[in-house]
Amino acid sequence: MDIASRISQLVIYGIISGSIITLGAIGLSLTYGILKFANFAHGDVMSLGAFVALFFLAIFRLANLPTQPLYPLSFGLPLILAFILGMITTGVVAIVIDKILYRRLRTTGSVTLLIASVGVSFVLRNFIQFVWGPQPRYYIKKIQITERIPFLGVRIKPDEVFIICVAIFLVIFLHLFLKNTKMGKAMRATSDNMDLARVSGIDTESVINWTWAIGSALAAAGGILAGIENKFITPNFGWDMLLFIFAAVVLGGVGSPYGAILGGMIIGLSGEVSTAFISTSYKPAVAFIIMIVMLLNRPRGILGEK
Amino acid sequence: MDTLIGILNYAVFFAITAGIFAILSLGLNIQWGYTGLFNIGIAGFYAIGAYTSALISGPPPGPMDWRTFGGFQLPWIVGFISAALVSGFIAFLIAIPTLRLKEDYLAIATIGIAEVIRLVLKNENWLTNSVWGIKHIPSPLSTPIENWVQHFLDTNPQAPFWLQSLVSNIYNWFYLGLVILIMGLIYWTIERMIRSPWGRVLRAIREDEVATGTAGKNVFWFKMQSFVLGAMVMGMAGSLYAHYARFIDASSFEPFFGTFLIWVMLITGGSGNNLGAIIGAFLIWGVWAGTEFLTSQWGLSGVRAASLRIMCVGVILEFILVLRPRGILGEEKVVSAILRKGDKV
Repeated sequence: MDIASRISQLVIYGIISGSIITLGAIGLSLTYGILKFANFAHGDVMSLGAFVALFFLAIFRLANLPTQPLYPLSFGLPLILAFILGMITTGVVAIVIDKILYRRLRTTGSVTLLIASVGVSFVLRNFIQFVWGPQPRYYIKKIQITERIPFLGVRIKPDEVFIICVAIFLVIFLHLFLKNTKMGKAMRATSDNMDLARVSGIDTESVINWTWAIGSALAAAGGILAGIENKFITPNFGWDMLLFIFAAVVLGGVGSPYGAILGGMIIGLSGEVSTAFISTSYKPAVAFIIMIVMLLNRPRGILGEK
Repeated sequence: MDTLIGILNYAVFFAITAGIFAILSLGLNIQWGYTGLFNIGIAGFYAIGAYTSALISGPPPGPMDWRTFGGFQLPWIVGFISAALVSGFIAFLIAIPTLRLKEDYLAIATIGIAEVIRLVLKNENWLTNSVWGIKHIPSPLSTPIENWVQHFLDTNPQAPFWLQSLVSNIYNWFYLGLVILIMGLIYWTIERMIRSPWGRVLRAIREDEVATGTAGKNVFWFKMQSFVLGAMVMGMAGSLYAHYARFIDASSFEPFFGTFLIWVMLITGGSGNNLGAIIGAFLIWGVWAGTEFLTSQWGLSGVRAASLRIMCVGVILEFILVLRPRGILGEEKVVSAILRKGDKV
């Protein structure tokens, strides 16, 4: 394969992994912007969502739901239902963790919250490992054939088209929510200035709850989509994605969900395209270097406000 | 008597590991406890120290090895000092761009650095022998001591079992002495430095960077010294680990053992208190060992048991953060070579 078609194929992979990173990054950026702390457990929230969906899949299998795949996808209705339930459950779990832990530490400053989130990340990851074990767990056992896109000369699987479509749908949904609903506006106001929002009569506690719920549900969606893309999930995969997600957030600008989309796409694309030139195992290093360069030259990110 | 010696032998083994963790915890205390530098990439410096020492004092690559570098078989002390120097030098290089970042960005940057170091350890076979690791790292003075043990066992075949098992374990006693000696020296040095004007500048930076800068102190340069010094201490711990375990591979420096456990130790003992750092290390290592006993009582083993134990350490951290954020000892209010504890400042 010549280099041009190889790179255009890598761009497709980049868009797919960018979609997944974006969903993780939006949630991290929202909580970072509103609660003012870097949540190191966010990657593991992605894993949690993916494993909760796996749990529902197992229940549906016991309930004998029809499992024939929805053509042209390689999976059927149960996975789509599990997807939705996984998002909801993860959102609820995030609110519960906030109520039990983060809420008590909110007055002690962002660094204590950060340390607490590192602890939460280890607890979540090892909870998953305790329940499901360390071995890969499969969403889909079927192998899907890639389809050729006419004219572009690149190949893509129908499942991957599904991943990109779901990501776009969720992003548009979030955009409409933030722009048009009262809660969305309250969230943006709180992100700008929490004290000002509070004196304007915004119920910041419920804004915080919604932020956790939406951010974590989107992370769960990202985790489940990663499971569909890779066919399997392991307890560590969310933690391994954390660096990519942070890089996307920093690149786009902390607190800016639109920046997170841009950052997620750039990190996804640069990671995949870099594999044409350097070893695949150094993908996280590429994301890391982009992040450091951004932090040093423009710490507020591409779309971040000062 | 046999059981007693068994317990004693285990206690020595326990204390060696806890002592190495205490050194890591002291290193983190310089960076985080006194200067407020958020480093969650401890594992990286720990690993650099271990690999440096192993490559300098260890054997040359064998016929089955992938690595083509290292194995200079220099004395242990050369490996130990090089571990500190290389770790410090890499910390220096990392610090140039990252120390200008504010604390949560520094945290993100250090986790990235640890990840990159881990990737290098896993992928650069010529240097690290990849997943096969570096084997047969010599322990200091192990040949004369083990020869003596062999000689004792050969000449006293009728010695009671407890005496034989005590004598067989004598090398660990020696190594424990070495670890405690180095830990004590590091403790003493840091205490002296913290009680000097230099140490008070570090604490001033932690409390208010801008004010310290306005007072004419070169904030960046002081942070740099603290970061490099902490990393050197971590590198020393890496060397002690490598020469004790005699085998290292990338899995010894995973985020839990290499970084998270040390944070829990320091926070439990009390950030900004060197004695607290040591107490925290022994206490949390005790919890870690104790939970192993519990999980084996419940018939759990392997990865599941380890997961449960890690969850337990995580929950302890959260309890301390909520209930006693200053840790067991907490920070000393007065650190001065002249003023005493009760003196009014």
